[in-house]
Amino acid sequence: MTVINLREMNIDQTGTIVSVGASGELGRRVRDMGLIPGKQIRIQGRAPLNDPVSLRIMGFTLTLRNNEADYIKVEV
Amino acid sequence: MSTSIALAGNPNSGKTTLFNALTGARQHVGNYPGVTVEKKQGFCKTDSGEFDVVDLPGTYSLSAYSLEEVVARDYIVNEKPSMIVNIVDASNLERNLYLSVQFLEMGIPVTIALNMMDVAQKRGIEIDIEKLSILLGVPVVPTVARTGKGKKELLDTIVLRKDLNPEPVHISYGSDIDMALDQMVDIIRSSGFLTQKYRSRWIALKYLENDQQILDLGKNENPRIARELESIAKKLTSHLDVTLNAHPEGIIADHRYGFINSILKQNVITFYQDENRLQLSDNIDKIVTNRFLGPILMVAVIMGLYQFTFTYSELPVGWFENFFSRVSGMADNALADGLLKSLIISGIIDGVGGVLGFVPLIMFMFLGISFLEDTGYLARMSFMLDRVFRMFGLHGSSVMAFIVSGGIAGGCAVPGVMATRTLKSPKERLATILTVPFMNCGAKLPVYALLVAAFFAENEAQVMLLITMISWLGALLVAWLLRSTVIRGASTPFVMELPPYRLPTLKGLLIHTWERTWQYIKKAGTVILGISILLWAMMTFPGLDDQALKIFDTKRNAVTASVSENVLNEIRYADTDNLSEQASSVKERLTNLDMEEAQANLKNSIAGRIGLALEGITQFAGFDWRTNISLVGGFAAKEVVVSTLGTAYSLGEVDPEETQSLSERLKTAEGWGPLTAFSLIIFTIFYAPCFVAVVCIAKETGSWKWAVFSVVFNTTLAFGLSVIFYQVGSLILT
Repeated sequence: MTVINLREMNIDQTGTIVSVGASGELGRRVRDMGLIPGKQIRIQGRAPLNDPVSLRIMGFTLTLRNNEADYIKVEV
Repeated sequence: MSTSIALAGNPNSGKTTLFNALTGARQHVGNYPGVTVEKKQGFCKTDSGEFDVVDLPGTYSLSAYSLEEVVARDYIVNEKPSMIVNIVDASNLERNLYLSVQFLEMGIPVTIALNMMDVAQKRGIEIDIEKLSILLGVPVVPTVARTGKGKKELLDTIVLRKDLNPEPVHISYGSDIDMALDQMVDIIRSSGFLTQKYRSRWIALKYLENDQQILDLGKNENPRIARELESIAKKLTSHLDVTLNAHPEGIIADHRYGFINSILKQNVITFYQDENRLQLSDNIDKIVTNRFLGPILMVAVIMGLYQFTFTYSELPVGWFENFFSRVSGMADNALADGLLKSLIISGIIDGVGGVLGFVPLIMFMFLGISFLEDTGYLARMSFMLDRVFRMFGLHGSSVMAFIVSGGIAGGCAVPGVMATRTLKSPKERLATILTVPFMNCGAKLPVYALLVAAFFAENEAQVMLLITMISWLGALLVAWLLRSTVIRGASTPFVMELPPYRLPTLKGLLIHTWERTWQYIKKAGTVILGISILLWAMMTFPGLDDQALKIFDTKRNAVTASVSENVLNEIRYADTDNLSEQASSVKERLTNLDMEEAQANLKNSIAGRIGLALEGITQFAGFDWRTNISLVGGFAAKEVVVSTLGTAYSLGEVDPEETQSLSERLKTAEGWGPLTAFSLIIFTIFYAPCFVAVVCIAKETGSWKWAVFSVVFNTTLAFGLSVIFYQVGSLILT
């Protein structure tokens, strides 16, 4: 088990969120959508220019920019 | 007495569908005071009773970060509806309950409408509704808003439980936070701090969450208590930072989700399939957001929307035009020549026609965009384009507004500005609104066509392409400039849901389209009519003085005196096509005199005087007073540039569709050449939007400040660019 940055995850890879470093508005939005430690996520796909990324969490699809994904550490 | 209810819930939870199911056509849309968030109200009368329904903006949470959340929260607190109906998407229960829990913490009357039960069932999700209701302590009613199933049960439950304020739910946030909360609650209770409106524990929580709105309210209410509470919050924040490397906000969110999880784990929800499998939607996404197919498909969809909006609306637009030209014709016949006639035809009928002429465009545009939005495709478009638009401080969703405004030449900035409503990020939205008028709308095309035909006839296609490229590049660069200066600020996070693909309901689409269109007619219409009359006055008054009029009369008399009575009668009564040689030459001379008079009149009007006065400055861009007047006229609608230029060159009002005579005239006119022409093209791309668009900018930004800004800034920018182009061009060419 290794902890990596969400940005580094591959498509279809699953993992569990370890920490969310974002604060302020970004932090709030990220948490409101359920990106909190302990949640399982799966990378769903990437936009044609590789950014943003879409991921599956709690049964729905969420998008994040790569520089926003940087705040999230995932155990894979 | 009707019962007041407020619908609240996540975006895409079927909230608006339920609102439509409850109120049908008995609804109207306005704005919340002072903000641009839409307020939808409706009325519902059934056997269960009568209800006043408000559809609150969709939110994921109740923090004070977004305008929507503040509006929803304020409405609940200030208006105290008898019941909050919290629409919860059953197929997405866990995240939807995050908002529900925050309602429960407020201690307000809540009924949960567990919506999309059919979707949940199909996805193999089973929910123990009774148990969920007991554990949450509020009624839960299963519904399918699309079909109206569960509507009656929901309303009956509301009647039964209305105005009963339940005890707020207490979630334990761990010992550190709980201790701080208790301490703060004691202070709040004993001093009655903000407690007329809010529950004490909720206030304390907001202090820990660093909620700016409540912090400000607190400072106003009692600065001493506010400081005390803030210091407790600060102490806790630094304590948690040291011990757990975490912020209270984060821990509170964790525990809210923990609370939800603890409920769901008690066999409330059972998955008969993998929770994360959304087969159909995922398969569509594999194609639609595919690296290669995705962009191709997107171009096709954009072209399709464009075609739909501007081609299919041609027919109704034509009806409107015919109708208004017929009314004009009737007025022309019925009224004697003079100011009143001119006011009615050029001021009022053209003004009303101008307002209503946009209606079919707006309807078709909203129908198309609502369809894309409701299916879920619009979210995918933003997803794919975000990387590009973000570079300029815009948002992926900005693309729609640009396209509709004329990103593909021939659009219209009026529906374009309105198309930004799908954008939820305030700064990006403002930057989009302010830059879409640079696109090449259908009304600018006759201006380009005239100039290109006169001066660039050999390279028509290339020059048109160049114009399109300049406007796109200009719009994006200006957006970037604005976002780094007047609308500076970090980009709104792209934490966005990609909702599963859904087939929209026809009823929903039609209601949505009609609401928007009606809003345009009602709000923009009156202002537009007023400005239209004002512009007419500027181009008409003060008119020629008696002496000047006498000179034209004398000239006319000189012409008519030289010919026999027979010829004059022939001119008056015979068919224009069958005139004798002598009669037609006399008629031509008379018409020329009329045109000269119109030119003199225009030159002497307020607009003309402005044009003359500005000549001293505008000569640096290559424009003489004639061009200046026509540009003033272009503020009414860009194609007016062409007809006014016609009048200014004594050619009468030139039909923007048939500009050959004018373009021949310009070729030989003094001061004109390719350089002047292109300088004017640049100016036309960038200068003030037509006033219909300006009014829409004011309505959509909620402030006339931005409307004025767009007029002043765009014109200054346009002038600057034209001058640079003309001066540099002159240097190179000489």
